[in-house]
Amino acid sequence: MKFRVDWRASVSLVGSVVKWLSVPLLFPLLIAVYYGELNGLRTFVTTIAIALVVGWSLERIDPDPDLGAREGFLMVALTWFVVSIVGGLPYVIAGNQISFLGQFPFIHIVSGPSTLADPINALFESMSGFTTTGATVMGDISFETHSRALLMWRQLTQWLGGMGIVVLAVAILPELSVGGAQLMDAEAPGPGIQKLTPRIAETARALWKAYLGITALEIVLLYGLYLAGLAPGMTLYNAVGHGFTTMATGGFSPEARSVEAFSMWAQWVIVPFMIAAGTNFALFWHVLNGEPRKLIRDAEFRFYIGVLAVLSAVLTILIYTHQGLVFVPGGPPVAGNIESSIRHATFQLVSIVTTTGYASMDFNTWNSSAQYLLLAAMLIGGSAGSTGGAIKIVRWMVILKSFRRELFTTVHPEAIRPLRLGGRALDERAVRGIYAFSLLYLVIFLVSTLLLFLDAERAGGPNLNSLEALSAIAATLGNVGPGFQLLGPMNNYLPFSDASKLLMIMLMWIGRLEILPVLVLLTPAYWRS
Amino acid sequence: MRVIIVGAGEVGSSIAESLADNHEVVVVDQDGERVDSLTYSLDVLAIEGDGTSLDTLRDAGIEQADMIIASTDDDETNLVICGTAKTIDDPFTIARVKKVDYLDTWDHAEQGAFGVDFMVCTNLLTAMDIVRVIGLPAARDVDPFAGGEVQMAEFEVRAESPVADQTVRQADRFDSLTFAAIIRNGDVAIPRGETVIQADDKVVVIGSPESVQQFALEVAPDETPSADKELVIIGGSEIGFHTARLLENRDLRPRLIEQNQERARELAEDLPKTVVMASDATDAEFLAREHVDEADVVVAALENDEKNLLVSVLAKQLGAERAIAIVEDAEYVSLFEAVGIDVAVNPREVTAEEITRFTREERAENIALIENDRAEVLEIEIDADSVLTDRPIREAVSDLPNGVVIGAITREGAFVVPRGDTIVKEGDHVVMFVDTDVLNEVSAAI
Repeated sequence: MKFRVDWRASVSLVGSVVKWLSVPLLFPLLIAVYYGELNGLRTFVTTIAIALVVGWSLERIDPDPDLGAREGFLMVALTWFVVSIVGGLPYVIAGNQISFLGQFPFIHIVSGPSTLADPINALFESMSGFTTTGATVMGDISFETHSRALLMWRQLTQWLGGMGIVVLAVAILPELSVGGAQLMDAEAPGPGIQKLTPRIAETARALWKAYLGITALEIVLLYGLYLAGLAPGMTLYNAVGHGFTTMATGGFSPEARSVEAFSMWAQWVIVPFMIAAGTNFALFWHVLNGEPRKLIRDAEFRFYIGVLAVLSAVLTILIYTHQGLVFVPGGPPVAGNIESSIRHATFQLVSIVTTTGYASMDFNTWNSSAQYLLLAAMLIGGSAGSTGGAIKIVRWMVILKSFRRELFTTVHPEAIRPLRLGGRALDERAVRGIYAFSLLYLVIFLVSTLLLFLDAERAGGPNLNSLEALSAIAATLGNVGPGFQLLGPMNNYLPFSDASKLLMIMLMWIGRLEILPVLVLLTPAYWRS
Repeated sequence: MRVIIVGAGEVGSSIAESLADNHEVVVVDQDGERVDSLTYSLDVLAIEGDGTSLDTLRDAGIEQADMIIASTDDDETNLVICGTAKTIDDPFTIARVKKVDYLDTWDHAEQGAFGVDFMVCTNLLTAMDIVRVIGLPAARDVDPFAGGEVQMAEFEVRAESPVADQTVRQADRFDSLTFAAIIRNGDVAIPRGETVIQADDKVVVIGSPESVQQFALEVAPDETPSADKELVIIGGSEIGFHTARLLENRDLRPRLIEQNQERARELAEDLPKTVVMASDATDAEFLAREHVDEADVVVAALENDEKNLLVSVLAKQLGAERAIAIVEDAEYVSLFEAVGIDVAVNPREVTAEEITRFTREERAENIALIENDRAEVLEIEIDADSVLTDRPIREAVSDLPNGVVIGAITREGAFVVPRGDTIVKEGDHVVMFVDTDVLNEVSAAI
């Protein structure tokens, strides 16, 4: 069989990306040095060595790669998979370290068996990181079990995956300049891309700069709260860690109790940053270029803010009136308390719609009316061009508008009504593409839920109810993170069998790349002429 | 610099492709599909919109633009685009027009007209191109440099040619001629003295017009253009008319066949030395009667590619020596040449070349593209800090990458033969052949 795809070129460029992955890997290495964590040091030195060797060997497959349209899909899909494998190595290495170092004094030693020593768990955690899902299989999230370096790497994977590994590669690798638009299109959330500048590499750099800038701002504000004594838990380590995963709509936290561990002030600061993370980054670029009107006028942005406001209000009422709470957990009561009702409802809703997945309280204590509202919110997603996952606001807008049009043309069969978004008429092919994507998304969602049930039967556990199964799929396919009940925000995905975990790894992968770039690789037509 | 190109047809896209490597290029077109395809195929910013409107031009960043190129298919639109651009800012404006009348108007005005700083006339350029090709019968492509003091020509070597199977050293019998490249099976190679020229190779030479002419005789001895040449132009299109007019200026007496009676009458009035005939050129019996079979050159300048293909093939079939056809669609150029048409001239390619050479770095004044951008011929005015200045060429070339040939030098308008020991001076014009791979490196050094 003759392949019509120059897979060597794709693999070679994946190699370049893996090679460059050694640069962000230096960050946890520095953390390990700073905290004197010898096992963290060993973990990351080993990983960097492997990344360099693997990257360099893959690069050698095609010394002068020439990327066509088809090779682009393969490169993007493979990049995410291979990077997740390499990024998962530290978990495996750290988890399998024999802590003979404990004999030495003055070395801070981390002991305790880790659930991530198992390769499938490590790949799950890594894929969940890079795809900014935030679903975890870390049994015990604490510095007793894991080094600070490793937990910071977990945060960093989300930050890298947020704006996109390939977008970052386009920004720094000159050989990707010409095919870059197509690569970014395959990776970027939402239909199509917007070139902001004549050169695609510059566009990629502009997006990353905006991303970096807003992340830095959040870190400064969070750490400022700590210095002002308003957020005792928000040390510099935590401020950096949460800055990484807020802007990426990731949701990992070095704290076992997620954002519940912090004061109300810290929670209020995180909310606008989650909202920003779910916004199209191109709009921030316009704002920085002195055109703030473009943000305010953007149809998708307005709809997005509207959805957040309306759903937050509904959820606030549910909680405030005690409708949505099964019981009031320990601590100050939420129901009947205006501020904390608004805060938890808004925080949770924004966290889910933007697909971040932080929890400001354990929403397992909420009843099914509130939980099903959140489950529905999992399918909404952020804006196109944001770091959010799921179906995306813009697609929902198009679908809603096309329903309206359908009703109108039933009455007036001869009417020609182009769909408009922000005053611009949409091409009918783009509309069809949006239908196809959204339907495919729902089909995959339902089929995967069925598979999850079947596998749970086969493996004799976990015993799932429908809310749990639906939320597991919605949370992984939509890159949200936590689900409900068994896999609620304070629990994890460990109960699932390996087969189910592999299914969810696959779902996170296709969910992040918006399905088509991965699925197209499975069609025979792709590989033949 | 930042360049805005309005009109993403063949000309616009081709210019965008040439410029995208070194400049920030913004392309504007009204056709959304073209905009989409450019977005993904070139590293340029493509915008959907009407280039004659202020809003679109502002979107394209006209305030930051150094140059705007209007290359839509419509003359008036292009003029309006340039005029519109001038109302916002003062970028350098280039307009592509087809009608020669506009060029005459523009030439006759003191400071240009319509807000156009540089005007390129497709029809005239194409006609000039055809006339050059007629003047050098064996040449497939001829470009003038240094105000006509230097010519670059591409010849196809046929099996019966005397230079076939000779080495370059043997074939190079002319003082002021340089072998710049040999193109074999689409690969561009820089010839050395011992390189053997094979049949079916294409040879690119640079030299004085006389030496190129002599070399043409050498390559194809039995085809010398002179006044008793039989030249037949088929199609009284604007291009056909200007081709005839330019040939008349060279004291040649072409025949022109035009189907439409009234148009034929107009042409006959404007072309005193041309025999204009009103007939359908696809009528084989008429062609035989008029002895088109004995024509040395048949130029097909009808309104569409298919007709041009048909009449060229027909004329070759009857026995015409050479057929030159105008091909509007660049995709067909190689196809035309494959079915036996000697030279296919694509007006859009000619125009894109002309505009591209204008937008190159200021000192590179003139440019021709070889084999679909595999190599370029540049004309550069040498300044004081060039790697070539005040030293023998032999020394300077060792500082340049492989893939460069110094083809010719003109000093104060006179031709200087480049030899290893020739010393290049500031202000000289150097015509050089450069492989595209090393173009940026060379441009920087010179």
